[in-house]
Amino acid sequence: MIITLGHYLSVAAVLFTLGILGIFLNRKNVIVILMSIELILLAVNINLVAFSTHLGDIVGQVFAMLVLTVAAAEAAIGLAILVVYYRNRGSIAVEDINLMKG
Amino acid sequence: MTPFPSLVPALPEILLALGAMTLLMIGAYREDSTKLVNICAILLLIVAMLIVARLPDATTFGGSFVIDSFARFMKILAYVGSASAILMSLHYQAREGQRAFEFAILIVLSAIGMGMMISAGDLIALYLGLELMSLALYVVAASNRDSTRSTEAGLKYFVLGALSSGMLLYGCSLIYGFTGTVSFAGIAKASAQGGGIGLVFGLVFLFAGLCFKVSAVPFHMWTPDVYEGAPTPITAFFAAAPKVAAIALFVRVAVGAFPGIVPQWQQILVFVAIASMALGAFSAIGQRNIKRLMAYSSIGHMGFALIGLASVSSGGAQGVLGVQGVLIYIAIYLAMTLGTFAVILSMRRADGMVEQISDLSGLARTNPALAFFLALLLFSLAGIPPLAGFFAKYYVFLAAIKAGLYTLAVLGVLASVVGAYYYLLIVKIMYFDEPAKGFEPMPGELKAVLGVAGLFNLLFFVYPAPLLNAATTAAKSLF
Repeated sequence: MIITLGHYLSVAAVLFTLGILGIFLNRKNVIVILMSIELILLAVNINLVAFSTHLGDIVGQVFAMLVLTVAAAEAAIGLAILVVYYRNRGSIAVEDINLMKG
Repeated sequence: MTPFPSLVPALPEILLALGAMTLLMIGAYREDSTKLVNICAILLLIVAMLIVARLPDATTFGGSFVIDSFARFMKILAYVGSASAILMSLHYQAREGQRAFEFAILIVLSAIGMGMMISAGDLIALYLGLELMSLALYVVAASNRDSTRSTEAGLKYFVLGALSSGMLLYGCSLIYGFTGTVSFAGIAKASAQGGGIGLVFGLVFLFAGLCFKVSAVPFHMWTPDVYEGAPTPITAFFAAAPKVAAIALFVRVAVGAFPGIVPQWQQILVFVAIASMALGAFSAIGQRNIKRLMAYSSIGHMGFALIGLASVSSGGAQGVLGVQGVLIYIAIYLAMTLGTFAVILSMRRADGMVEQISDLSGLARTNPALAFFLALLLFSLAGIPPLAGFFAKYYVFLAAIKAGLYTLAVLGVLASVVGAYYYLLIVKIMYFDEPAKGFEPMPGELKAVLGVAGLFNLLFFVYPAPLLNAATTAAKSLF
């Protein structure tokens, strides 16, 4: 079987949907949300690299590199905020993040 | 080998970046340097503003960084918003004993991100600018490390912000894939004959991410919580400068990259504008916390600003009219918001800050000048002539009528009538209720911000030409 662009896009779409669902359906732990965010960015990178190879255009891969870098910075900041929050609240359960009602 | 790109157009951003690094060193190695860092950061932003005003039109870095009249206009607004936010935080930091020099540096860093967003000429620059701004904002929201509310606000903002960046990025990847380019001009060329379904899909994701950043309706849920939880000077910052940058980016993407498929994105924007205005008007009614109220108010105002963008139905005169409406709206919104937050920041009694609307009761008797200015700003936010807020709404409605979007204009007027109710309710509480205990005297820098913002709103109708001309020139540079 030849793996075509469609296959890559499908995998990326599935990963992206999993990431979104992971954020909205997750009722337990904030760490899982951080993992879901990484999953979304991963899906984007698969998309970018697949398109880049398909189009024969290098820009997509450059974009993917930059996304990786930003994702690392984002994870660092997310974990830092999470640590500060845990120190104040003593819990990182999603249902405890309810001091202010939306 | 390609020649080294010209750095001149990016001079303000380079200056701010170097300045932020220097200030970080000063803060790290000098005892008790908070005040020095704050002042230097304000000066840096002012210098950057002066440089921006004098930059010639140019593009650099292979077309991914654009300076035109539009960029100059929006950057000046964004830098004004950032500098005012630092200025308004001086007294707060001193009183709350939060001597954190990082605050001003983070604001400068996010201002660099805003500059990049406003000047973005392709999807990569768009994403990097947006993230540079957002990452600094997440940290700043959680900057009161010992407060559960502030850290909760930071966490919520981070999670939802990262989700929206993910959606935006997914949209970018689809747009790249289906047009084969990341530059806005290239995308515009590729989508000139109407895009395929893949491109429209990407457009929807991209707009979802941008709607989140301007806190327009289906993606507004973070706004009230973050506004309420974050320390007040930071709320003032959130309400002002990042909104300017996000709206600028929205306009540039919509007008610059997708002029070929206007009908597709116009529908989205019409829906978003109506929903934002309605939610902003109705949800604010029951609020008791003034910061939360301002959050709903800002959601509503973003709805009004997006009316202008939705009215860009074609290039030429109609497009200029729509974009010009957005620019005027956002400039006046900035003045109104900064002024109102200067009042909110001076709501302080001996035992600390208060932020309930009931704390304002009888303000007209305990502090008539403050009550007068707040009433003035609230009338302006409600859009009552002859104050500036009326003209802001007038120009976006005018653009909508000219574009034939009558439903949108009528619903907008109705929403502003409903919105007037809660603004006027605060005026009633200030002028006719039994006085509560008075506030502490207002520090000088807040007085200055309030005075300038108040006078701008009051006297705008006397001499509106400079702002109108600047907005028209800026709007023309996009077409």
